[in-house]
Amino acid sequence: MNNLYNNSKAKSTTRYKSQIALIIMAISIFGLFMITSPEVFLKGRIYQAFLSTVPIMGFMALGLTFVLAMGEIDLSFPSVMALSGYIFAVTFEATNSVILAFLVGLLSGAIVGFINGSLITLIGIPSIVATLGMQFLIRGFSNIISSGLAKRVALDTTSSYKIFAERLWVIPVQAIWLLGLAIFFYFLLLRHKFGEQALFIGDNQEAARMMGVNVNRMKTMVFILMSVVASFAGIVSCYRMRTWWPTMGEGYLMMVMAAVFVGGTSMFGGEASIEGTFIGAFIIGSLEAGIVAAGLSGFWTQFVCGILIIVSIIIHTLSKRRKGS
Amino acid sequence: MEKLLEMKNIYKSFDGVVALKGIDFKVGYNEVVGLLGDNGAGKSTLIKIISGVHSFDKGEMYIKGIKINPRRYSVKIAHSLGVETVYQEKALAEKQTLWRNIFIGRQITNKLGFIDIRKEKEETNKIMRVFMGFRGIGADADSAIRTLSGGEREGVAISRAMYFEADLVILDEPTMALSLQEVNKVLKFIQDIKNKGKSCIYISHNIANIYPVSDRFVLIDRGKIVGTYQRKEISLHELSEEMIRHTEQGKPVSQSGRKL
Repeated sequence: MNNLYNNSKAKSTTRYKSQIALIIMAISIFGLFMITSPEVFLKGRIYQAFLSTVPIMGFMALGLTFVLAMGEIDLSFPSVMALSGYIFAVTFEATNSVILAFLVGLLSGAIVGFINGSLITLIGIPSIVATLGMQFLIRGFSNIISSGLAKRVALDTTSSYKIFAERLWVIPVQAIWLLGLAIFFYFLLLRHKFGEQALFIGDNQEAARMMGVNVNRMKTMVFILMSVVASFAGIVSCYRMRTWWPTMGEGYLMMVMAAVFVGGTSMFGGEASIEGTFIGAFIIGSLEAGIVAAGLSGFWTQFVCGILIIVSIIIHTLSKRRKGS
Repeated sequence: MEKLLEMKNIYKSFDGVVALKGIDFKVGYNEVVGLLGDNGAGKSTLIKIISGVHSFDKGEMYIKGIKINPRRYSVKIAHSLGVETVYQEKALAEKQTLWRNIFIGRQITNKLGFIDIRKEKEETNKIMRVFMGFRGIGADADSAIRTLSGGEREGVAISRAMYFEADLVILDEPTMALSLQEVNKVLKFIQDIKNKGKSCIYISHNIANIYPVSDRFVLIDRGKIVGTYQRKEISLHELSEEMIRHTEQGKPVSQSGRKL
């Protein structure tokens, strides 16, 4: 009995070891920013800015965490963001109905996710290749249908603008959406059979199949989930800028992946950390502003970002290795 | 008389390679059947068809008299018909906890699909006490499978089948890579199946230790059944010779198998 107790106690401390490391890392980064540029980082405005920009990336990072839990990867989401943003914008322009525009926008993402899933499960193309192709295809498609021209969207005249672009007291609403989505994804991954089956597929696909998990259907559903959150990110971006632009989503691919990896989710599948991704998104999303505010040139951003990714992955890998032995 | 499992003229091929060439196979109620044969004979394909992992191309299959539609049949349907397969550690997910591995595919959930974790853990602890005899090993319901030994993993796989009370238990190489003590546990498990009036199919290369608990042996070679033997009518020695003869000759000599 004593043995059993010690064992489970040891387990719970290692379970949280990499999360604790991540929180310490986040605190020290912001601490460093406060020391290097107190005039910026000791005031609320910069945090308000982060709380409205980071969530766009955070939505997709949460989706990608699910895809990685299943041992797959999706590279098409930045283009989906643009495509769905455009479809949302033109539907709104044509009908003046926010609800309809939302539905059609999210549906366009779901369709892309379904195509991704089908390429992977029915034809058997590895997800990295299938979604790489789709990333070009969807970007090209949205450029063709939009003629590559940006589009103003008069969303500030609708009452939904409050829900997707303004502030609740001092908190930007995007941050509330991100928090809500993170809590939902946390329960979906760890408390719902949907997440459990995704983790089993990532861990041992054959075992999942032999135990009655419909692997193909699950994979398709997770790719749909990923694309739908990318659509949501595109729509929320339209609200934020009141504009749709053809390069929407570009630059997010590496940032989103960095956020997920810094958060402690591995490429190998079978394990994932929603809370890690949440913190990782804020770390990655605030780096550039912090570095520029500190007086360093923008060139430093990538360098520091690289160091952070490497260091955090070393920490996660080592703490997992100790857990295994 | 109705059989628990009846397969008629079953064909299956993978990418043009024919794995099963017209299998006729039956398992009666309260019968323990050993499926014997060399590597690549088609034993695994056959049990994966029975357990719903693979579909079949041609032929007919009945479980408890119910005709199986190969397009619709699945592991879930097999489970609901009381067919439970133990794939040893092959069907366990290493990074996941014991309780998740016991209930995967059959989670205890509420209407929205959220897992009742407390209930699943409680049941897992019960399973560990009753079926596995895990005491003082230091493993609990929250242990990840990768922290368990080979024998313990096998215990988990077998306990999973026992817990869900199957009418037909399929065991894939149940005694491979096990210590003598662990083999005895498996034999006791098969004996229990028989005593409870349930049926069992097992796959094996090496039948020395399972011979006594079997009722009948079916020998497969290159996708065909080449012999069926009642245990009462064949000694372990004769059976081993039959197996060797078929593998060495490399072609079926069905008239020498005592057909039933």
